[in-house]
Amino acid sequence: MPLLEIEDLHVSFKTMDGVVRAVEGVSLSLDARKTLGVVGESGSGKSVTAQTILGLTRFPNATISGRIMFDGHDLVTMSTDHLRSIRGARIAMIFQDPLSSLHPFFKVGHQIVEAIRVHEDVPRDVARRRTIEALRSVGIPSPEERFDSFPHEMSGGMRQRAMIAMALALRPDILIADEPTTALDVTVQAQVLELIQALRDDFGTAVILITHDLGVVAQMADDVVVMYAGRVLEQASRETLFTEPEHPYTWGLLQSIPRLDAPRTGRLSPIAGSPPSLINVPRGCTFHPRCPYAPPPAFETEPALAPSEPGHLVRCHLPVEERKRLWQSLQNEHPALR
Amino acid sequence: MGAYIVRRTLWAILLLLVVSFLTFVIFNVFPSADPAALRAGRNATPALVHQIRINLGLNKPFYTQFWIYLKGLVEHFNLGYSYYNSESVKSEIFSRMPATISVTVGGFIVWMLIGLPVGIVSAIRPRSILDRVMMGTSLVAISAPVYFLGLVSLFLFAKGTGQLQWFGAAGSYVPITQNVGVWFNSLILPWFTLAAAFAAFYARMTRGNLIETMHEDYIRTARAKGLRESVVITKHGLRAALTPIVTMAGMDIGLLLGGAILTEIVFNIPGIGRYAYDAIVNSDLPAIQGTVLFGAFFIVFANLVVDILYAFLDPRVTYG
Amino acid sequence: MAVAAERAPGAAVDENLLVVRDLVKHFPIRKGLLQREVARVHAVDGISFDVRRGETFGLVGESGCGKSTTARLVTRLLTPTSGQVVYDGQDISTWPERRIRPLRRDVQMIFQDPYASLNPRRSIGTIIGEPLRLLGIGDREERRTRVREVMERVGLNPEHFNRYPHEFSGGQRQRIGIARAIVLRPKLIVADEPVSALDVSIQAQVLNLLQELRDEMGLTLVFIAHDLSVVRHMCDRIAVMYLGKIVELASGDRLYDHPRHPYTGALLSAVPTPKASAGRGRRRVVLQGDVPSPVAPPSACRFHTRCWKAQPICSEVEPPLESKGPRDLAACHFPLTDGEVEALTERPEVGQLPNE
Repeated sequence: MPLLEIEDLHVSFKTMDGVVRAVEGVSLSLDARKTLGVVGESGSGKSVTAQTILGLTRFPNATISGRIMFDGHDLVTMSTDHLRSIRGARIAMIFQDPLSSLHPFFKVGHQIVEAIRVHEDVPRDVARRRTIEALRSVGIPSPEERFDSFPHEMSGGMRQRAMIAMALALRPDILIADEPTTALDVTVQAQVLELIQALRDDFGTAVILITHDLGVVAQMADDVVVMYAGRVLEQASRETLFTEPEHPYTWGLLQSIPRLDAPRTGRLSPIAGSPPSLINVPRGCTFHPRCPYAPPPAFETEPALAPSEPGHLVRCHLPVEERKRLWQSLQNEHPALR
Repeated sequence: MGAYIVRRTLWAILLLLVVSFLTFVIFNVFPSADPAALRAGRNATPALVHQIRINLGLNKPFYTQFWIYLKGLVEHFNLGYSYYNSESVKSEIFSRMPATISVTVGGFIVWMLIGLPVGIVSAIRPRSILDRVMMGTSLVAISAPVYFLGLVSLFLFAKGTGQLQWFGAAGSYVPITQNVGVWFNSLILPWFTLAAAFAAFYARMTRGNLIETMHEDYIRTARAKGLRESVVITKHGLRAALTPIVTMAGMDIGLLLGGAILTEIVFNIPGIGRYAYDAIVNSDLPAIQGTVLFGAFFIVFANLVVDILYAFLDPRVTYG
Repeated sequence: MAVAAERAPGAAVDENLLVVRDLVKHFPIRKGLLQREVARVHAVDGISFDVRRGETFGLVGESGCGKSTTARLVTRLLTPTSGQVVYDGQDISTWPERRIRPLRRDVQMIFQDPYASLNPRRSIGTIIGEPLRLLGIGDREERRTRVREVMERVGLNPEHFNRYPHEFSGGQRQRIGIARAIVLRPKLIVADEPVSALDVSIQAQVLNLLQELRDEMGLTLVFIAHDLSVVRHMCDRIAVMYLGKIVELASGDRLYDHPRHPYTGALLSAVPTPKASAGRGRRRVVLQGDVPSPVAPPSACRFHTRCWKAQPICSEVEPPLESKGPRDLAACHFPLTDGEVEALTERPEVGQLPNE
């Protein structure tokens, strides 16, 4: 029984330029104690999907449909009041840029205390002690002093740790991490990812990790979802996604990254073209304008997300055997993909 | 911070010196009525005018005049004597300060009490009917000149001249120490007239700042923590959005303390602004000097206070 | 100071298009009544390297290491505090702006943020053509032709001459920036994080474009980035910077196959690889703590506060940047052994690495 289940989620925004279809028919599920990696580039809809879980996209110009089942309730239709009791306490979220995501005028300790006292009626000093413990548990040195620091007085890595401390202070069931390391240096990224792993193992938190970095997903996730133009194009276990991916977009992503673990190649193999507009989405398969293998049906009808094997869903018109064959030949051309 | 204050104060003194000098230069370079002639009155003989000129020290070269003025200012805090009635400029200004303070402080309270809530409500429901009506009205209030609004309000509401005889007429001001009721009544129309444009401006600024602030990432985090929307708006949003507004208000007060000229003229309030106007009409250089200097002082001082305040409000700001 | 390990004895100086010697840039911090300098930000603290003609030289490091400041020093957008910048045999370190201006034809820069580095009020045709106009090259018609040529070359539609930056995507804007940089046919391009702000699929396109242009135009490229895989892909030789110093300098393959400096090892170890086996059962080096402040950098070897191999000598004597093996340089008293390197990087024989 999954902990969180998203069914056929659609999110669109009315803007002056037209209707932006940010999320189109996305279905995902997250099991307890597991980590789901959501991979996509800008405009893929990954952040909007994540924010919609907590109801953070309920703007006047937004249209949201579908179901998000958590603990027997549908989060899409849940009242904002009820949703607030879940935010931070059962499902917590951390964001990409900890400098802009923390209030610049309030001390870091105060912001964490606030997060605790919203949901638990504890006296200030108790909350303070818990906050200091939380800061200590994420590896921030001298947490008693750091309690009184302002966000701009901390380094990027420390800020992100503080945000993690804030998110996990109430031991939520689910942690949604939206590009938590993108704004950080690579050595700091390693620290933060290790921290998330450790806390996840200690507390048994399920994690939704959103990123554009396939390497991060490879390190952290149990299952992976690849999103593009608001849709899920491929969904598989981590093992399967990296050894037997079946969507041309996934292949494209894997091929276009320069790899440290393989000999240098002359040129990279980029994906041609650029991500589509979410207002004027291409007809048929949204990826077909950039797909080197697009078969004729891809120009007209959008493929459905269908299982090629149990647990492996692919949204593509190409027949399964054809996809396996293409992947084989790609691996032969690029040994790094093995 | 201490070093910062000292530095700013030194610059401020230099600035006031420059302002003083410039006023002197302008007065002497640009044509204006001869103060001696004005003082002499009608039917004055040239000999009388000439004598007055010598009495007032106007026959000396202007840099000598400036030096004498400066010496008096620095040594005795003497702002000179009015060319028009030989009164001490300093005492004239001080006696008029309470009136200007009454107008300014009262106007400030009114404009903040109107402007901020209007701005906040508009920001919470952007592009709604309420928002559009409020912003439209603001635009009208900003566009209408103070003297126009003043005269219209006198025409509509003032005792004696108005259609509805509700509030004090022009010239009905008395010091608060004399009669609180009359004092208050005489200031209602001036307060609202003065406040109109400012309230509108502050409403628009508050609206703009708050809308922008509500798009910040830390607001999203506040919601993600489960805070109630009202807390998100007031504690997280307003705190950040209002900081620049509060500091702006400080500067506007500084500006007005130097004399809300138009308001004081229309409503005939004996404040510094009125005094400055009369001084200009009478080519009364010491009085002009005095009011300019006072005005400059308040602005500079208010600026410094506001900057220091900002450092307390926004922890990211530090001064070395 | 010994640098450029590959220079054959008696080689002509001409071989190097750019030479940097003991380059220093400090930014003063002033406080107090008289604004006295109380401290300095040691952004770049004595670095030396050579860039040969036609070479692609990489500068890699994390925030605060000084690579962006170095980029600006080399293009003389900043004036060095001390040290030399020698371009094509001429020491331009202290030249005033008007003397440098003609050189700007030869030395161009590409910036990181495609959204901030283009003037939103100018059409892209104007932006790309501006260098030509400023240097008085050609008449209007000729400039327009050249601009269209260049636009086509970088993959933009020449008919979009009159459009404004906001009408383009991030990747396209970066192409506009590249077009502007190459319109004068420069000899040297300094690219400061040119692809960091782009989506993965677009990064590859832009990197390929840079490589093609480099090969066609015989460009010398100084490529600055924090992404090690990108730098390795693009560059012939790479310098690793940490807190204003170069800690290692080696050819691309050498650096990644056999890093010598522990910091380089930590950097490589920290990069997550897109492989199913990634991170499973492999212990990596995860550096503790944060990068120290460049205002008060650690004594002697700047990395000693975070280095798991540090010994007392590391905080007393600064290790010089010198040869540690054939054709590479590292500044370390205890460079990584082959065994340690194997344990750190993705090798089948995974070893345990002590992680304090």
